[in-house]
Amino acid sequence: MRIERRLRQPWWLTVVVPVLSIAVAFVLSAFVLLLTGHPPLRSFHRLFDAAFTGNGALSETIVSATPLIFTGLATAVAFRMNLFNIGGEGQLYAGAITGATVGLLLAGSPSPLIFAAMIAAGASGGALLAAIPGILRAFFSTNEIITSLMLNYVVGLVLEYLIFDSHSYLRDTSGFEASVFPQGKTLPDEATWSSWTIHGVVLPLGFVLAIAVAVLVWVLYSRTRFGFEVQVIGDSPRAGRYAGMRTRRKIVAVMCLSGAIAGLGGASQTGDFRHQLDPRGLRAANYGYTGIVVAALARYNPFAVVLVALLLGGLQNAGFTLQGADFPAGLVGVMQGLILFCALGGELFVRYRVRFAW
Amino acid sequence: MVNNSLVVVVIASGILFGTPLLFAALGELLAERSGVLNLGVEGMMLMGAVTGFWAVERIHAARPLVLAAAVGVAALAGAALALIHAFLVITLRANQIVSGLALTIFAGAAGLSSYLGNDLHLSGKPARYQFQEIFPKSLQDLPIVGPVIFGQPLLVYASWACVVLIALYLTRTRPGLNVRAVGESPAAADAMGVSVPRYRYAHTLVGGAFAGIGGATFSLSITPQWVDGLTEGAGWIAIALVIFSFWRPTLCLVGAYFFGAFKALPFALQGHGVTVAPELFQTLPYVATIVALVLVSSRAARLRFGAPAALGLPYAREER
Repeated sequence: MRIERRLRQPWWLTVVVPVLSIAVAFVLSAFVLLLTGHPPLRSFHRLFDAAFTGNGALSETIVSATPLIFTGLATAVAFRMNLFNIGGEGQLYAGAITGATVGLLLAGSPSPLIFAAMIAAGASGGALLAAIPGILRAFFSTNEIITSLMLNYVVGLVLEYLIFDSHSYLRDTSGFEASVFPQGKTLPDEATWSSWTIHGVVLPLGFVLAIAVAVLVWVLYSRTRFGFEVQVIGDSPRAGRYAGMRTRRKIVAVMCLSGAIAGLGGASQTGDFRHQLDPRGLRAANYGYTGIVVAALARYNPFAVVLVALLLGGLQNAGFTLQGADFPAGLVGVMQGLILFCALGGELFVRYRVRFAW
Repeated sequence: MVNNSLVVVVIASGILFGTPLLFAALGELLAERSGVLNLGVEGMMLMGAVTGFWAVERIHAARPLVLAAAVGVAALAGAALALIHAFLVITLRANQIVSGLALTIFAGAAGLSSYLGNDLHLSGKPARYQFQEIFPKSLQDLPIVGPVIFGQPLLVYASWACVVLIALYLTRTRPGLNVRAVGESPAAADAMGVSVPRYRYAHTLVGGAFAGIGGATFSLSITPQWVDGLTEGAGWIAIALVIFSFWRPTLCLVGAYFFGAFKALPFALQGHGVTVAPELFQTLPYVATIVALVLVSSRAARLRFGAPAALGLPYAREER
């Protein structure tokens, strides 16, 4: 067997290979189910029903998919410049913290003002955090993968500290229950983000915002000078520098942009869904890491990110709904992992031609 | 009694808490020295923890045999997961970061380890057997060295042996030097007649086995039970530790106990009536890692202390 690099990648391969990868992943998951004595077809049917076709399932799937679109876009934006921001997790927390703070501070103001302030705060929270690995990478050439990863844990712990181990502004300290079970202060009603219902499907503001960001990212990278320079620097930093591009500044800018998008996801979590700072819920959800998976599956294309996020969000939502005695917990993680393994393996067939000779 | 003093307690429990980190970090170190970055440590540790616990529950034999078998099973589980990563990144040349993360998602707290734990009904009961202190009580009661040196379970001493063996392996043996060549310059190693894929497979698999044993240290010794997400992010600390120790096994030991002590200190302080926020304390290992990484980022320092030059890069002979 010989593996040769393709000089041209036929466009249809970039569609066929991911679809086939997902199919293979389902077959492998069926094996896992069979081996542990669960009927695969019935499990899949229930999974699909709970994710997409069931009553109200699509609305719930959108809830699960919204943060994944944000974190997926965040990863994709950075990767276009060959930067690996795996700090989406921490940047989302940062956005949740700043978003919740602003939402509480502005209690009593008109809703549109609060929404705008929360969106701005969330984006800047994420951007500020992402600036750290960005600056370290640009000026000290420190590997951004590890620094952004470490910051996830730092911010995650700060998040827990704010609610469980301090008397911070964000913690609910009124009443007896709050002193026994620490939790975040509930945001005022006027800080609850709007949503629209179309044909029985609920579209939260965060989801609409996420789609808008996807469009903006596409425009930025395919229609502007900034996007062009980013891709040149991504392909060849040297060429970029010789052409007079400010590579260091671009690195910081792209990391901040990436962090801002992840931070928006955090603001949307507090504004749209949780209405308080919820450390356990946010940390358990792993939105940031799953976002990397989403971006990789989508081959870093912003529109594909939306589709893949809906697929993985659907899986997650279904796993959550079906969790119980007869449905194996953890199956969703197994399936997500398998889908990703298959997609990664399939990538070989897009980039290389595999010849069998005997 | 000096053995109850804060310093002794923190050092003794820091060593115990640092041991799973040490095992996992040694494994990751071997993989990274061969040029393979595996971010799936957390997943491999959790699989080691759940399968090790399962083995202790299901194998009926004498205590030492059961525990030995459990460690073996945990190592196998870790190595099996590492094989997926190795196949994807070495044979199929996939992106190492994405593949490693996929491994953690696949096996992690909401994945296969939780699936197996629930399906085999493992959670919510104490382990039938666990690793205990091996030295007689009289030695354990010696001042200072008693709890610190003699009051540890067998796995701690095993980890010390591993540190020495790996340090000697990397600096004093032919295969050890070869693996460093593979990690620094696979093309040169290839030209020397060293099989790059074979070395990378071997060290990634052994690395996975070590991570599995590290996970089993949790479920069979530190917190002898199984719950979802038992390792609580230890796998990520192990990855940080490898960087923090500049890819040197002996420094790994120091770093692991340092990080372990950070974990132990808030609890020990609580015993002395001082409350500190454990969360803020636990951020220190991560911050320390970032600082260490920045310090070795300059060109000169990177050559002396830095990551293996080919870390994270796939190697294809025909594209050299």
